[in-house]
Amino acid sequence: MPTSSDIVIECEGIGKRYRIGERERYRTLRDTLTRAAARAMRGRWHVGEAPSIWALEDITFRMRHGEVLGVIGRNGSGKSTLLKILSRITRPTRGRARIRGRVGSLLEVGTGFHSELTGRENIFLNGAILGMRRSDILRRFDDIIDFAEIGEFLDTPVKRYSSGMAMRLAFAVAAHLEPEILLVDEVLAVGDAVFQKKCLGKMGEASQHGRTALFVSHNMLAVQKLCHSAIWLDQGRIRDVGPAGEIAHRYLRTVQSQHIERKWEDGDASAGDGNVRLRSVLARRADRGVDLITVRTPLALDFEYSILKPGLQLALIASVYNEEGVMVFSTDTRLTGNAAGTYRSTCQIPGDLLNAGMYSVSVTFARDEAFALFEVNDAIAFEVEDSTHGRGTWYDRWPGAVRPMLQWNTRAMDEEKESIDTLIYR
Amino acid sequence: MTTSDFAVGGSSSDAIELVPSPAATLRLREVWAYRELLFFLMWRDIRVKYKQTALGVLWAVLQPVGLAAIFSIFLGRYAHVPSAGVPYPVMVLAGILPWQLFAQALSESSNSVVASERLITKVYFPRVIIPAAAAGAAIPDFCIGFIVLLVMLKVFGVGISMQILLAPFFVALALLAAFAVGLWLSALNVQYRDVRHAIGFLVQAWMFMTPIVYPISVIPQRWRHFYALNPMVGVIEGFRRSVIGQEVPVRIILVSVLATVIILAGGLYYFRRMEDTFADVI
Repeated sequence: MPTSSDIVIECEGIGKRYRIGERERYRTLRDTLTRAAARAMRGRWHVGEAPSIWALEDITFRMRHGEVLGVIGRNGSGKSTLLKILSRITRPTRGRARIRGRVGSLLEVGTGFHSELTGRENIFLNGAILGMRRSDILRRFDDIIDFAEIGEFLDTPVKRYSSGMAMRLAFAVAAHLEPEILLVDEVLAVGDAVFQKKCLGKMGEASQHGRTALFVSHNMLAVQKLCHSAIWLDQGRIRDVGPAGEIAHRYLRTVQSQHIERKWEDGDASAGDGNVRLRSVLARRADRGVDLITVRTPLALDFEYSILKPGLQLALIASVYNEEGVMVFSTDTRLTGNAAGTYRSTCQIPGDLLNAGMYSVSVTFARDEAFALFEVNDAIAFEVEDSTHGRGTWYDRWPGAVRPMLQWNTRAMDEEKESIDTLIYR
Repeated sequence: MTTSDFAVGGSSSDAIELVPSPAATLRLREVWAYRELLFFLMWRDIRVKYKQTALGVLWAVLQPVGLAAIFSIFLGRYAHVPSAGVPYPVMVLAGILPWQLFAQALSESSNSVVASERLITKVYFPRVIIPAAAAGAAIPDFCIGFIVLLVMLKVFGVGISMQILLAPFFVALALLAAFAVGLWLSALNVQYRDVRHAIGFLVQAWMFMTPIVYPISVIPQRWRHFYALNPMVGVIEGFRRSVIGQEVPVRIILVSVLATVIILAGGLYYFRRMEDTFADVI
């Protein structure tokens, strides 16, 4: 029987409103003064309601001591805003929350890292920023270096680290933060697979040690594995609450039911002619994972079709359009002299290429290099999710039609130094 | 459960209330709990400042000495500005040093909050630590300059008396005044980015309203207490006189201290009221 003292986080009707104007990042004093003057001239001090968005509305839930709660939902559903409120970075516009216990929050790894400082110096600085005391850092120091695997680079400035090394160091400090209540934003989506596994292990450890944790994630496997229960946020409201496995399943089912696969009946004239007939198109993660497609994940498009006449010079053309209707790319494969029968062609789209957003795929079959047989517009639609949160406010989206992960290199020109890999935060 | 590890943020029996508008207390206990972060941020600023500079600490010597030389030639020698009973170069250097401490602390702390955008949007801690650390990072430059001043006193044959023990008080007052004004400007800077452009102008204008290149004796007697509402008047006069062994003008200093306290109290209150919105606006 849970008593009231078991409750460590209590949210009652939390709401957060952002004024749209605040998207303009900042105002200038000059603008404010001229606007005020203009209003005064017109003789009315009309304080207009600035247009606003409720990023969160009426969020009510409780967390018991030792509970690990997952928060899931699409981009812009309010997950990060909730985390920011609980971390005390921003205040709710409505409602109230009560937290009992010392809170440690990780909204990002490596906050406050300075590239001019050495690994050792950054461990202390970052630890202090996360709220660790010097004595705690000293006590954990050896564990942190072991975990980060930075070895002899300890006294080298971080700007000479590879991005992987810097990430490992940043995570190592974060992983050794041991508050009573841990609030974590998808910081696990960093580093290589081996390191991710290690980090997940560390999270699992925390949950086994009876630490209360709130974990915002896109990674449904991680949510199912680490969390006892989950909250599904949709457009700023709680859509569903329950055991983590159940909620994650429901969430995935809803998200993936959106035309991610489409099949055509035999008699459907819209998907074929006498030469070739499209049977199905499927967008999926290339690794067959059950998670969402994110900007990082390689994905695959499967096309199944039947060739009705043998020996044709066919081409299968797939064109991918983004939400604005811009063709992001078009790709084709030649199917030369195949026998009649059913085939499956798979197109691999690498990770770190598409930006987050909705995409639609149009399929065209052409004959003899030039002659289009038929076209299926918007054959399927799929969504690419952001993998980590942007860099600022909750509605941030990384700009650009594509979002490749590019290697940067910076070299000092005045003397011969080794080249420096710059740390990329995405 | 490792509860002893993590003391920042109050003891675990205290419940934190998150409400739309909190009580307007200064939460000094919480600031105290985060004192190590204040130290680390200050230490970071100092480390970074001296890393990768060709001249390093030499900058802290060149700037005040260079300025003092220029003022000595043009104002001391050619314009015949009076110099309060000591050689003009001594007077002007003893004014420039605390002034530069103030000016540096003021401009660094005014820009500090905007410059810490990443920290503010990702981690919670009492934001007042940011301008405080930025102001504190100006101390090493001053200490180096102070050694130069002592050498200079020796060279010009100005004797040092026990009065010099009063100097640290005025150094602290300069930092406090810079922090007080920095609180206002750093919070305003988040809301209005053109504050940044005003800072350079403010510092320059302020310098001429302060007895640095001229002694306070050029100000008519009846205006001096009004003049001392500028906190730096008390700082510069007090510092200079305690270094060159003249009597310290107590009433002038009291007026400046009072002005500092008022600006500081207002600044703390204003900053406290604004800090909750920083993450949304910055």
